Amino acid sequence: MANAFKTFIPPNPKKSGRQRQAKGFTNIGTTGRVLSVLGGAALAYYGWSRKQSPLGKSLTTAGGYLVLRGASGFCPVNEALHIDTAHSKTEGFEVTSSVTILKPRQEVYQFWRKLENLPKFMQYLEDVRQTGHRRSHWVAKVPKNIISKEKLSTVEWDAEIDREEENSLIAWRSLPGSEIENSGEVRFTDAPANRGTVVQATIAYHPPAGAAGKLAAKLLNPAFKELVKQDLRRFKRLLEAGEIPTIIGQPSGRKNENY
Amino acid sequence: MKAICWEGINKVSTERVPDPTILNPRDAIVRVFLSSVCGSDLHLLGGYIPAMRSGDIIGHEFMGEIVEVGPEVKKLKKGDRVVVCSVLACGGCEFCHREEYSLCDNSNAEPEWTEKAYGYPVAGIFGYSHALGGYAGSHAEYTRVPFAENTCFKVPDGISNESALFTSDAFPTGYMAADFAGIEPGDTVVVWGCGGVGLMAMHSAWLLGAGRVIAIDQYPYRLEQARTRAKAEVLNFREVDVLEALKEMTGGRGPDRCIDCVGMEANSTGVEKVYDYAKQYARLQSDRPAVLRQAIMACRKGGTVSIIGVYGGLIDKFPMGPAMNKGLTFRMGQQFGQRYIPTLLDIVARGEVDPAYLLTHKLSLDKGQEGYMMFKEKANNNMRSVFAPAG
Repeated sequence: MANAFKTFIPPNPKKSGRQRQAKGFTNIGTTGRVLSVLGGAALAYYGWSRKQSPLGKSLTTAGGYLVLRGASGFCPVNEALHIDTAHSKTEGFEVTSSVTILKPRQEVYQFWRKLENLPKFMQYLEDVRQTGHRRSHWVAKVPKNIISKEKLSTVEWDAEIDREEENSLIAWRSLPGSEIENSGEVRFTDAPANRGTVVQATIAYHPPAGAAGKLAAKLLNPAFKELVKQDLRRFKRLLEAGEIPTIIGQPSGRKNENY
Repeated sequence: MKAICWEGINKVSTERVPDPTILNPRDAIVRVFLSSVCGSDLHLLGGYIPAMRSGDIIGHEFMGEIVEVGPEVKKLKKGDRVVVCSVLACGGCEFCHREEYSLCDNSNAEPEWTEKAYGYPVAGIFGYSHALGGYAGSHAEYTRVPFAENTCFKVPDGISNESALFTSDAFPTGYMAADFAGIEPGDTVVVWGCGGVGLMAMHSAWLLGAGRVIAIDQYPYRLEQARTRAKAEVLNFREVDVLEALKEMTGGRGPDRCIDCVGMEANSTGVEKVYDYAKQYARLQSDRPAVLRQAIMACRKGGTVSIIGVYGGLIDKFPMGPAMNKGLTFRMGQQFGQRYIPTLLDIVARGEVDPAYLLTHKLSLDKGQEGYMMFKEKANNNMRSVFAPAG
């Protein structure tokens, strides 16, 4: 049996282009700080008003974090990713998250490899269609703009699996010209003592060019991390329990919503 | 339908709410015959468990009849009379495979709360706050039951509704407390708390080979139940020094197995009481652990402390020194109901224990506030208020 510890890949092995010259207390630029506070407050306000939905909770958390981050001028995520917008440009972000699923590795791998299955547990994916053995077309629902999130619109892109090891690894990246430039890598290893399969996903997202794209990336970063974690949990639930538990739609004594 | 909803501290109200529907393939809808209040509901009522929302339907101990099943439910059908385990279990995760059902990885629909507060999410429980899944509870005409095949247990014909009801929560919880105590033949077992769970723990201690059972409480009518129904020797902590009395009763050795069926809202006396209330009021500790401290001090060297009373968060002044130096064993947890319910239904069917006597007050759903207050204030010799939506 493979040893999960041997194959552990430390998150974020890549360094950003420029290492910081000297350690400082801030690693976010002034504009970034102002935007972080304003955007964070808006996000927290919006999320709080919808605090019963998983998205609302994430947004509240993310918003609170952004306010703090902007106020302090220090971003631990930036620090971890070796990003320093006080002194350099944002290049994108990536998150890593792991989950253990009590199912054989082959079964877990096969479920993921059938890319059409992904929207069953990835909350913002609407559709994935394989267009070739390695190529696929993706459709996601995304907030139309960052501050007023009422309307969801869709974005689409094509992706290609660029590395694949049967029952161990799937890595993909969006094809040039995609609206959202992204890439990801999922590793499947045996958990020790017959505890099933460890799934470790690293997903990277490169925002579109321009100030709006950079702002979007900044605002969404913490929420995105939470989202990846939630999606992996949903994946586990789907495979182990056969469904994703929910209370949405159940009765309550509240007049306006029933869960 | 009608349902009893939590509205705020010490306030519940009976409301008209929409009927529940099948939301997932493994769901069933149960028409509720009987739904009991439980001591742990008092922690919700008192506002000690965070993550309650005004309007939440409460109640987790119930039995009834299946009226609808989801497409993935094969082993249950319309008309089956079932008792429903209060704890939800998916059946597919590592913890369900270990039969540690209340540790289920997947059954909590809102895992973020306990993941933050406890490090990892724990199982969902009916009507037990959004930290434990946010599921609508059973003080209602109908209840949606997720993972129905793992949650519902068919009641054999010879068992009455009243007897089956308490195999949902009180009996398996008490039984687990005794099981976790690791009772060896002839052991002296002390149970703190003579409510439903405490009494069931005493019956279970006998079933598992205890030589002697001692019960501790402050209400004479509950101690009387412990003495007459559960054949326990009784101590009223308002009248005696519990530690001295236990030592004297056991020839200076101390009891072998100590079971805490009280939990976070323990009553106590003297300085300790003032200290705990003040700390809790100031939010410096979330739980008042008077019984737990006493159990640790009372327990003989090398004995076991089994904790089934509910604790929520942080406790202060935990006697770690005595626990460590006396080589105590601790076992604890929310009940692993699915592990015990079939066995307990057999025990009830054979007439070895009949928990129906816990039902002292049967009420309609309209009497929610009255039923809860009577139970909370221990009025009218109330052991359990039980709501009977079907009349």
